[in-house]
Amino acid sequence: MAVPCAIKMENITKRFGKVVANDHINLELHEGEILSLLGENGSGKTTLMNQLSGIYFPDEGQIYVHDKPVTIGSPKDAFDCGIGMIHQHFKLVDVFTATENIVLGLEGEGKFDLKAAGAKIKEICDRYGFDIKPDQKIYDMSVSQKQTVEIVKVLYRGADILILDEPTAVLTPQETDKLFDIMRAMKADGKSLIIITHKLHEVLDVSDRVAVLRKGEYIGDVMTRDADQQSLTDMMVGHSVTLNIDRPEPKNPSPRLELRNLTVFDELGVKRLDNVSFTAMGGEILGVAGVAGSGQKELLESIAGLYPIRSGEIIYHNPASGKDENLVGMDPLDIKKAGVGMSFVPEDRLGMGLVGTMGMTGNMMLRSWRKGKGLFVDQKGPEDLANHIWRELEVVTPSTSFPVRRMSGGNVQKVLVGREIAQEPAVLMSAYAVRGLDINTSYAIYNLLTEEKMKGVAVIYVGEDLDVLLELCDRLVVLCGGQVSGVVDARRITKEEVGLLMTQHRKEEAV
Amino acid sequence: MLTQDQLLALINSAIAFGTVIMLGAIGEILIEKAGNLNLGIPGIMYLGGIGGMIAAFYYELGGGQSPVVGLILSFLCSMIFAALGGLIYAFLTITLRANQNVTGLTLTIFGGGVANFFGASLNTLAGGVGQISVPVTSSAYIAYTKLGYMGTLGKLFFAHGFMAYLAIALAIAMRYFLNRTRTGLNLRAVGENPGTADAAGINVTKYKYISITVGAAIAGLGGLFYTMDYIKGTWANDGTIEGLGWLAVALVIFATWKPINAIWGSYLFGFVYWAYLYIPGLSRRTLELFKMLPYLITLIVLIIVSLRKKRENQPPASLGLSYFREER
Repeated sequence: MAVPCAIKMENITKRFGKVVANDHINLELHEGEILSLLGENGSGKTTLMNQLSGIYFPDEGQIYVHDKPVTIGSPKDAFDCGIGMIHQHFKLVDVFTATENIVLGLEGEGKFDLKAAGAKIKEICDRYGFDIKPDQKIYDMSVSQKQTVEIVKVLYRGADILILDEPTAVLTPQETDKLFDIMRAMKADGKSLIIITHKLHEVLDVSDRVAVLRKGEYIGDVMTRDADQQSLTDMMVGHSVTLNIDRPEPKNPSPRLELRNLTVFDELGVKRLDNVSFTAMGGEILGVAGVAGSGQKELLESIAGLYPIRSGEIIYHNPASGKDENLVGMDPLDIKKAGVGMSFVPEDRLGMGLVGTMGMTGNMMLRSWRKGKGLFVDQKGPEDLANHIWRELEVVTPSTSFPVRRMSGGNVQKVLVGREIAQEPAVLMSAYAVRGLDINTSYAIYNLLTEEKMKGVAVIYVGEDLDVLLELCDRLVVLCGGQVSGVVDARRITKEEVGLLMTQHRKEEAV
Repeated sequence: MLTQDQLLALINSAIAFGTVIMLGAIGEILIEKAGNLNLGIPGIMYLGGIGGMIAAFYYELGGGQSPVVGLILSFLCSMIFAALGGLIYAFLTITLRANQNVTGLTLTIFGGGVANFFGASLNTLAGGVGQISVPVTSSAYIAYTKLGYMGTLGKLFFAHGFMAYLAIALAIAMRYFLNRTRTGLNLRAVGENPGTADAAGINVTKYKYISITVGAAIAGLGGLFYTMDYIKGTWANDGTIEGLGWLAVALVIFATWKPINAIWGSYLFGFVYWAYLYIPGLSRRTLELFKMLPYLITLIVLIIVSLRKKRENQPPASLGLSYFREER
């Protein structure tokens, strides 16, 4: 071996139930380099790294640290090997100071001396140019400062191998540049770093080498200087796989829902959707593609009346009356009262979609509790509907009163989709409708959506698997960083082209 | 106006009253800092009280004459009884992840029931006298030095049983432990964000178990002080301990989870609670209004603290929530 390896992973396999998250992966991190781990959502990047940081234990395979075989069974083992991981979700106690958070859980000898610890932290900060004050409380810090505390935490514990899980997802471009400077400074100091990301320009900017994962498999690695956006995209999305999803031609599509320059901000004041415009047609499935967190959730919730809208219009063309209605400023009840048939199958099935401890009947009633006479709700209707869904969609459950929380993910989704379709909507929105579902159930869901499409419903399908999006949908809206980077014909475009749109900001010519 | 003697008497009753709830509150602060809202404090104080009573009663029934031995036996037995009560709560809420509020309220009812059952049993053993008493042991609790007889200052500062000073010492020690030690920092992290503590290699379950058990033992001492000093080594099944236990829980909020605040807060509670005795012209109706004052000031403090929104004064962030590692 020519290059000494800080980490070598050999034949690492990790399964969650039937799903193989990592399939015999071989990965090397050379001493003193910055390695980018690139892949789409669900390609197994974080899972792989969590096995280095002691959160998961590999089912198969061997890990070597500095060419010595090691067993990493807990976060503590990882620290002992000199591996420190900075997670996407910070693990910090808000009311503690930076110093208190950094020394938390450390077993030290002798007197507990926060001042000495503070001095040591100051020294680390000065060495790499971090701008945090040891005595500052976490709740007073910006996101970037919190991240810095996490980095100092692992350095304080003597880590020489750092893993950063999508560190730039929460940062502004300026903060990102600063982080990259810090990463280069750490590299100059002899540390080895892995950065998990799906942003190509960052990969090209900061790393020495790129390793690509796709659907749990290791695709290969290239030196960053030999790579460009196109070649990396090809590695990341791979060649198309034929799924044979039945996709009939849409019949007389007509505009149903029109978004004009929609812009929203989240509660922290970050722009989540930026001037989004497109039209969803009745009688077709409109796919929404994009890497996670590009604004998909905000888009659907804005349409459903659940997200505050800063500017823009959402125009609903009522197919029955032919009238137009602006949905901005309405809550879900207003939308319903305005006669807009809208159904929403949210990503968080048991949180937003269903009540876990209630049975099918109870969950059906959530949609119809306003019906019924006087004080009493109508029990009969929901019960019939529950039985209908149970039968038609082959939901596996002992009874319609069995708590939905205890059903499998696929059955939960059938209950939710079944209920929403039963409302006979004019617009049906679904977010990650097949996430965590097995192949058969996924196809059942695809067929249900296609049936709705043929009934003339405008179906909006947010998905993460490009192969599915390309075979199920008629047109695709591609989101990138809250902007629409393209509205394309799903029958003509290639996977590589969509991949490129997903990772590039606003392209001049839409395909 | 009050005479000097009346004022002195009022302050001394305030200190005695305050000591009971201060001990309860210090124990509860330790428990809540680790993220457990233990509403079983009244029950635990009951258990601490009856535990000490049982030990002292049997010691004196067997002819024991030494106040010191009686004190040691009753002190230990009280802490063990209270700690066992805490252990029930810990097992239910940590291992079985039962709802903390429900478990705590149940423990309050359970503790009161157990204590009054044994209180009545002791009464039967003693031959059914009107009031059981343990004068020998109690004398060790209420004894104070000569200084306590010397002038106003002596009566003010030195005329208290040793547990009044122990309570203050415990409050100061608790503050030091929570804010100045590694273990204290880890314990607060468990109460704020157990997921973070877990990732930092802290054994969340162990910390919670130990804090609840030790906290319960400390709170139990409040019950012990009540039976041995406050009502002079007798047993009364009139439900007073429960009322005091709720005040201890209120005091934790009043003190914004800071042990030092619990010291003066407890005396303030005692002062306003007993003030009615010295206010002329109160009817039975209006004096009940005075007894309400501690709760009223707790409410006011809660409102002020919520309005100021200072993060340090808020309850531990995961107070009342069970921790389950796999629910990330």
